[in-house]
Amino acid sequence: MTRYLLRRFASTVVLLLVMVAFVYVIFYALPANPAVLVCGKGCGGGQLAAIDHKLGLDQPEYVQFWHFLEGIFVGRDYSSGPDVSHCAAPCLGFSFQNDQPVLSLIGQRLPVSLSLTTGAMVLWLVIGVSAGVLSALRVGRFTDRAVTAVSVLAFGAPIFVSGMLLLMLFCGYLHWLDFPVYVPLTDDPAAWAKNLLLPWFTLAIAQAAVYARLTRTGMLETLSEDHILTFRAYGLRERRIVGRHAMRGTLTPIITLSAYDFGYILVGAMLTETLFGLPGLGQLIVQSSNNVDLPVVAGLTLVAGAAIVVANTAADLLYAVVDRRVVLT
Amino acid sequence: MTAELITEAGAAPEAPARGRQVRRRLYADRMAMAGLVIAVVMVVAALAAPLLVHLEGQDATTYHPELLDSARGGVPRGSFGGAGGAHWLGVEPTTGRDLFARALGGARISFLVAFGTLIVQILLGVGIGLAAGLGGKVADAFLGRLIDLAISFPQLIFAIALLAIVPGTFPRPILLMMVIGLFGWGGTARLVRGQVLSLRTRDYVSAARLSGASRTRIALREILPGISAPLVTYAALLLPNNMISEAGLSFLGIGVRPPASSWGQMLSTATTWFQADPTYVLVPGLLLLVNVLAFTVLADGLRTALDPKAPSLRGGRR
Amino acid sequence: MSDAAVLSVRDLTVEFPGDDGSSLRAVDAVSFDLAAGGALGIVGESGSGKSTTALALLGLHRRSSARVSGQILLGDDDVNALDDEAVRRLRGHRIAMIFQDPLSALDPYYRIGDQISEVYRTHSGASRRAAWARAVEVLDRVGIPDAARRARARPHEFSGGMRQRALIAMALACEPEILVADEPTSALDVTVQAQILDLIDDLRADTGMALLLVTHDLGVVSRSVERVLVMQNGRAVEQGPVGGVLRAPAEPYTRALLAAVPRLDGPAPSRRTPSGEPLLTVTGLTREFRRPGGGLRRDVLRAVDDVSLDVRRGETLGVVGESGSGKTTLARMIVRLLTPTSGSIVFAGQDITDRPERELRPLRRDLQMVFQDPVSSLNPRRTVGDSIADPLRVQGTDDRAALRTARELMERVGLDASRHDRYPHEFSGGQRQRMGIARALSLRPRLLVCDEPVSALDVSTQAQILELLEDLQEEYELTIVFVSHDLAVVRQVSDRVAVMHDGGLVELADAEELYASPRHDYTRTLLAAVPALA
Repeated sequence: MTRYLLRRFASTVVLLLVMVAFVYVIFYALPANPAVLVCGKGCGGGQLAAIDHKLGLDQPEYVQFWHFLEGIFVGRDYSSGPDVSHCAAPCLGFSFQNDQPVLSLIGQRLPVSLSLTTGAMVLWLVIGVSAGVLSALRVGRFTDRAVTAVSVLAFGAPIFVSGMLLLMLFCGYLHWLDFPVYVPLTDDPAAWAKNLLLPWFTLAIAQAAVYARLTRTGMLETLSEDHILTFRAYGLRERRIVGRHAMRGTLTPIITLSAYDFGYILVGAMLTETLFGLPGLGQLIVQSSNNVDLPVVAGLTLVAGAAIVVANTAADLLYAVVDRRVVLT
Repeated sequence: MTAELITEAGAAPEAPARGRQVRRRLYADRMAMAGLVIAVVMVVAALAAPLLVHLEGQDATTYHPELLDSARGGVPRGSFGGAGGAHWLGVEPTTGRDLFARALGGARISFLVAFGTLIVQILLGVGIGLAAGLGGKVADAFLGRLIDLAISFPQLIFAIALLAIVPGTFPRPILLMMVIGLFGWGGTARLVRGQVLSLRTRDYVSAARLSGASRTRIALREILPGISAPLVTYAALLLPNNMISEAGLSFLGIGVRPPASSWGQMLSTATTWFQADPTYVLVPGLLLLVNVLAFTVLADGLRTALDPKAPSLRGGRR
Repeated sequence: MSDAAVLSVRDLTVEFPGDDGSSLRAVDAVSFDLAAGGALGIVGESGSGKSTTALALLGLHRRSSARVSGQILLGDDDVNALDDEAVRRLRGHRIAMIFQDPLSALDPYYRIGDQISEVYRTHSGASRRAAWARAVEVLDRVGIPDAARRARARPHEFSGGMRQRALIAMALACEPEILVADEPTSALDVTVQAQILDLIDDLRADTGMALLLVTHDLGVVSRSVERVLVMQNGRAVEQGPVGGVLRAPAEPYTRALLAAVPRLDGPAPSRRTPSGEPLLTVTGLTREFRRPGGGLRRDVLRAVDDVSLDVRRGETLGVVGESGSGKTTLARMIVRLLTPTSGSIVFAGQDITDRPERELRPLRRDLQMVFQDPVSSLNPRRTVGDSIADPLRVQGTDDRAALRTARELMERVGLDASRHDRYPHEFSGGQRQRMGIARALSLRPRLLVCDEPVSALDVSTQAQILELLEDLQEEYELTIVFVSHDLAVVRQVSDRVAVMHDGGLVELADAEELYASPRHDYTRTLLAAVPALA
């Protein structure tokens, strides 16, 4: 087990390094004039020269890359003469447009995205898995058909479409809810939840459909396995067979899948936050992209990539722990 | 998303359906047929867009400010966003452009990008997957890692990143195809590699080796046909996914940019109008929804027709 | 109902409705009795309905679409007439069942002790501690060493034989009146099989439990039960005391069945005397595999360890061994599907040990193989004619001629050549094996290696295929290497026999000598373990 952990850790590190290199190449090495891109639109000549020097663009490529790496581990200073911008470790870049290290920008917005995705995940897991189990236990009957029909519909709808429709229905037509405005959890939990309802459901709908279907298929498969037959043959009560034995087999892959999915939080958040105007990481990356604030985009890309890699590794480990049969290679 | 797409595609069926059987099963599946009809209608409409728009007598770029009520902020006069004999689906707020024409134009771009991306994904995915599956230990180790890398990369995010850098002069739809495709071949490659690895151990492949067949021959005649069914199913599911990706990127303002229109892009400008002019939201929204659903249901029907025992999106008794 | 019968079945019928409105009668008006403490064997080939009957006894068809009619009298209770809750109560408690594959029959996520306790608690209402104690007790009773500790293990940590013991322990926990065993030893090696059958006998003597043994293996039946019921296509063909039925069968089906079973005893099949010159010589052949699960480990698995033998022109060399003996690996090395780690293979005077593929190509005509699994030996997406003609095409024959030869070969192996444009799934297992043979013969090889060619087939089909091979060997002047785990089958076909164990060659002798007076201990153990037809 330790051997596997070490190997996995090593390959994760390699993967992350590759990602860092990739990000660096795309954002800093490729563009013809990174200073322009980094500085953003509307940068004058003097500013550009200063930026040039600050970024160390007058130095050879590998030195630049080294500084970049160094920044991530130790922090770096962007200096040109008396003007010093300090960027503490891990330095994911410095946004000159906002005059802040990218990391602090991320820090400000992280709670929003986290609120959104965690809440949505809980919602989609609870709804999806329950619907799937119900569907499987009543296979072929009305409940099953109804759940399946709704799932197909929900599955096909892209986030922004369903979000829009929900908005129109609950905000525009029924007037049950107001247009969502973010309220931090620490300020007012009730308002926090109420405002996040629409975004949560928007993000959760499509995923709930996916999980409902997966759970249904998984449960049906598990129920037809030999060891379930054995327990029936020994007279165990059906409720116990389903609740204790079938669920275990069904939930295991679902749990690991959700660990994988968690790594993709940023992607789902992007669309939802943009649609509802929530000040999270997703909105940040979209805005920065439109404003061509490259350091921010670069930093966020790195964060997103790292999140996925880490989530994947965690999911694999989780799977091995839950199902002892798995041989880790 | 890719993880469960792969499991959904299923293993190569043991009693594969012959062409005739597949078609028969597909025709019997009413929902899949409905999906097929809708999909065909949409694609044809997209291809024939100039003709249809000409029939309507409008075009996508002319502004019609006289049809707007400037007192209310540029909302189109009349109900349903100004729909009527002249403008079949009404006009856009603030610009007065014909919505029908724009919607069809959007259809063209959406389909172009979706299909183009699919081609990139299949070419890359099958190529690399085959090489990994058929190659020796070293090739597989290296390519296998590459495939893992391709899958773990946050596709959309890197797409956004790339789209941000490339200057606006480069044709957007082509860029989108390349970017989404370049980061999206991983799933296909993993599927192909997995199938190839499992088919390699079959006895009939050993028998082919025993007759002295070369590796190329075995790959083409024994293995490739075996992966066609799961591949077709997977590709059919990729298509609506690509549509959603493009729509998402355009929605965020990073994909297709005005004056070109795609449904995603139309939706992003429509967001603010959802109360005043719901038609403006519903047209691209419903079109997108119906399209994605149609292709998804069709893909599912295809999967069931190819392998009746595979788990189906739409359920049914196992 | 005769007195002292613990189970009485009258006119049991099980019907499965088909998609098109028809229904399949898996079991058709079967009746039999099982005496208290007695043992009844139900034998039949695949499709005979024996397993369906066994499942019906515990009411296990209730959740499926099957329609069960007739009477299943357990004491005074008719299982068919009871409500679901009552049936649930008697499962495991009065009548318990063990299955063929113990690995899939046990829950992989929970400890064995927990699973047994759970069953015990369901029927006895005992406390957790008491149930655990009972689990350890029965695990010990079935001969699992260090039961207290092993009870904490999960199924995959046990070997095949131990898992079956654990399953038997589960059956024992509630002290049922009847034990139904559905092919309990089919998935086990012959030596382990003997142990399990002994264990069951032992337990019966101890507890007075009655046994209903369902199997396709006549040898197993002749050794373990007192009465036997022969089934075919859902019907009861013949019933009676086992000695009587097996020695003097009344029905033609039973007679045919018995005739098809290869024997270990009885007169030896007449053999030709092949010439003495070796066609293939294998010296010091070894094949190592890296153990999965960690590239840093130095452990290698020696599937084949320093094996030397020769195969003489025109003979049939049988290679027997249990699972893990290395016989399949050896077979694959002989035809160069695998490359040896060390040692040499000399075929017709040429050293083919590590020739690259390019050079091997012309020799491919001479070395061919027939595979075990009829399902995976033919490409499901190609017509059978194509599959059989393919080797010829690869070696340069033009399409038309190749197909013509393929059709001729189909006739030769007993198939209808007009069906050459059909697909493999439209044929039965036996027919597919014939196609595999036809394909192997298309290049007129000199050496034919058969890897368990009949193991997946029913006894009667098996006999037909073996007969076919014999004919073909004469006609095509083949030298055959016949690999199998089934000692009786090997005896029937081989001139000389090689016994393999743990990768090594243990004994090699003329067939008669080996079976009559085996020299090596392992061979003796192996032969003793085979349940012989009385």
